[in-house]
Amino acid sequence: MLLALWLSRNIKQIRTVMVVGSTMLLALSVYLTVDFIAQRSAGVSAAQLYTDSWCWYPALNINYSIGVDGISVVMILLSSIIVFTGTFASWNIKPQPKEFFLWYMLLSLGVYGFFITTDMFAMFMFYETALIPMYLLIGVWGSGKKEYSAMKLTLMLMGGSAFLLMGILGIYFGSGATTMNIHEIAAMNNIDTNLQYIFFPMTFVGFGVLGALFPFHTWSPDGHASAPTSVSMLHAGVLMKLGGYGCFRIAMYLMPQAANDLAWIFIILTTISVVYGALSAISQTDLKYINAYSSVSHCGLVLFALLMMTQTSCTGAILQMLSHGLMTALFFALIGMIYGRTHTRDIRELQGLMKIMPFLAVGYVIAGLANLGLPGFSGFIAEMTIFVGSFMVDDTFHRVVTIIACTSIVITAVYILRVVGKILYGEPINEEHKRLSDASWDERFTVICLVACIAALGIAPLWVSDLINNGVSDIIANLMP
Amino acid sequence: MNYLEFFSMLPEISLLAVFVLIFIFDLVATGHRRRIFHIMTSLLMLAQIAVCLSCCDGEQTLFGGMYHNNSITSFMKAMLTFGSLLVILQSHKWLRNTHSYYKQGEFFILLLSTLVGMYFMMSARHFLLFFIGMELASLPLACLVAFDKYRHHSAEAGIKYILSSMFASAVMLYGISFLYGTTGTLYFDDMVAKIDGSAMQVFAMVMFTAGLGFKISLVPFHLWTADSYQGAPTVVTAYLSVISKGAAVFTMFIILTKVFAPMTKEWQMMLYIMTVASITIANLFAIKQNNLKRFMAFSSISQAGYIMLAVISGTASGMTSMVYYILVYIVANLAVFGIIETLEHHNENVELTRTHCNGLYKTNPKLSLLMTLALFSLAGIPPFAGFFSKFFIFMSAFDAGFWVLVFIALINTVISLYYYLLIVKAMYIKPNEAPIPEIKCDPYSRISLVLCLIGVVLLGVCSFIYTSIDKLV
Repeated sequence: MLLALWLSRNIKQIRTVMVVGSTMLLALSVYLTVDFIAQRSAGVSAAQLYTDSWCWYPALNINYSIGVDGISVVMILLSSIIVFTGTFASWNIKPQPKEFFLWYMLLSLGVYGFFITTDMFAMFMFYETALIPMYLLIGVWGSGKKEYSAMKLTLMLMGGSAFLLMGILGIYFGSGATTMNIHEIAAMNNIDTNLQYIFFPMTFVGFGVLGALFPFHTWSPDGHASAPTSVSMLHAGVLMKLGGYGCFRIAMYLMPQAANDLAWIFIILTTISVVYGALSAISQTDLKYINAYSSVSHCGLVLFALLMMTQTSCTGAILQMLSHGLMTALFFALIGMIYGRTHTRDIRELQGLMKIMPFLAVGYVIAGLANLGLPGFSGFIAEMTIFVGSFMVDDTFHRVVTIIACTSIVITAVYILRVVGKILYGEPINEEHKRLSDASWDERFTVICLVACIAALGIAPLWVSDLINNGVSDIIANLMP
Repeated sequence: MNYLEFFSMLPEISLLAVFVLIFIFDLVATGHRRRIFHIMTSLLMLAQIAVCLSCCDGEQTLFGGMYHNNSITSFMKAMLTFGSLLVILQSHKWLRNTHSYYKQGEFFILLLSTLVGMYFMMSARHFLLFFIGMELASLPLACLVAFDKYRHHSAEAGIKYILSSMFASAVMLYGISFLYGTTGTLYFDDMVAKIDGSAMQVFAMVMFTAGLGFKISLVPFHLWTADSYQGAPTVVTAYLSVISKGAAVFTMFIILTKVFAPMTKEWQMMLYIMTVASITIANLFAIKQNNLKRFMAFSSISQAGYIMLAVISGTASGMTSMVYYILVYIVANLAVFGIIETLEHHNENVELTRTHCNGLYKTNPKLSLLMTLALFSLAGIPPFAGFFSKFFIFMSAFDAGFWVLVFIALINTVISLYYYLLIVKAMYIKPNEAPIPEIKCDPYSRISLVLCLIGVVLLGVCSFIYTSIDKLV
């Protein structure tokens, strides 16, 4: 597909290739999901399905091995949806659409690769592959102080990956340097406890940087605010999930002892990110900043739930990844569309959009309500599961932090409703804005797709939780001392 | 002694044959026949690579153990010849201009004689042969550095290079004399039995490593690097930064692990400090450089520091990853220098600064894309080759127990990414009223750039090269 893009000359061809390609990806991942469910219900109970492995660097035990379990299936599905809708959201990207989509596809290649591999080396490779296109995507096609944000984002994430690489090397040599395969290492479970104490924090922080863990989250608001729409969508929607997925899959799965003993440090940090992110969102005036801080808060919640280490909370965390991915993508898409018309994202200058562009405004209301956890949308299911799961751990420390984290729901409601009320209702204050049009067909399509997904997840969440149950319980079983 | 035994040194002999052929051609060819000079040299180099590769299976020892050629050495020779071939291809345009048109032959001859010196240096198992090889590799290089003798900078760089290089040789010779004094032999194999780590031998080792450190330009012996790199003609800088450095690193690895094996603790500690200093200091200096060649000089110092990570591990996997790293470094660095060379020529030979790169992508998308890929490879970004080579080097160092060192190096990759990205930013993002106009490369440098591109993209993803190096070690 990258090749096809490289060859296409004009904008029409590029669009065709992108639409065909991303539709194919979407179709493939839907097929994957359906087939996965079918196999599971037919009683296949292996931890990973569709496994395959090619020897890559035999001297170093590096294989290119792939395989999916429920969690990765869901993540792949999510990525396909976002890539698909992102294509429509950047329909009129300027300048140099070809290059834009090339880097965009390289980015999504990294994301897909990360979710399907079960080999630490390949995983790390894809992880870094996903980071670099961001620099150019933000730097060239972004807005605002794009150079600063692009550099900050890239360097912080690369700093994180430096920690991560240390962690991976530690795991590899700590487990006797015989395999890079995650499941084989997990089965051996022979990493020395002292080594775990060193390398667990490194790995967790490494992934945590991408998952917007509290002291390392500062790249996120700047990066998201400056990125072009579809990149924000993909980045907030999928890339930040790489962090959570990695924490769960590598850090906690492979070093259970340290995960149990050191979880309290990170629980405190994630609680801070949940509440702090939400509070920061209140005081922002830029729409994208509000949403970026809300992402920090929600991704913090994902890590928080994972660290609670109960079946329910981890299921909730995966659900939250999924639902947050969809919601933020919808949010960023809408913000991009509004910004494309009004050329401002400052909420003080926007008012009365409901009268000017009713379709977008309704979309915004839906996204907002989903975000604050209205029943019927995906956010409610996810957050409900997380808090119930977290409360099941019965000691004072965990209960107290759960209660603190719960306050974020209220704070979320505050900033969402404030924005919705401010920009959508009332009389338009800017005369210029009155002449603006409503969404065009490609934009409508994007919004409808995402809203449908969110609602589907909210109304019928069971099939997803069934899907991920197996994968989660494997990891949880490994975590239990 | 059977004279046929000389043919055991096939790579050296055939390179000498190439050398003589070029020499004769330079004498007899006149007028339009000189035009094929470049093609001829390139083809001969290609044949030379084939010869080196054909020696890759089997070991030869000559002169009672003074000369030893094994598979990995042959491969290394092939690699360096490949690098020189790239440099020769890139030099076409530069050699065509008025000053150096009649000196074409000289250029090739000087280049090849340094290459012969490096061959001997890598195959030496005796300090005398080693020292002769090293001198043969450095003296002609000084001439090359000063090749544009009418340019003030070039002459200055030549003087700087030869003075520091002689100084390094003297220091090294001093160290070797201590070794001879305490062990009574110059053969590597005999010497190792008599090394016991006495104070005098440690002193000798320090002197010796310092001498080689000059060649590799490790901190604190790096002070000549930036000036010489800046002043030398760009192709020579390219040659200096990859080929001569690669040979020196390889030799250092062999000597440290073979001769100084009983003093592993001592040299590891010394290299540890030098590595940390090289990587960190060079990185910090590189950020501030605006002149592209000076910038590449500091970048190459820090790259040398990364290669030292493999040397310091001293294991077989360290050897593999080092050779692999040098190979990747050759293609990536030569790609960057090739582009700098091309840009310089179309810019009336002014010294390029980062601001010249502004807006390059608008006018020369292909060149700047290649530049980006090469820089990403140098910074160690997947899926390009540099990522793999860095990863393997870290792995070997980590395996040998140097955790903290690996961590420091990793943090430094972030810094290095910053300054590599500055150039990428200049090319893609910075606007420019008058960017460098569209450039049409001459076919020679185009071939070399395409070769570099293939190397940068495929060396990592295709694992068979690493695997075959691993088998050779």
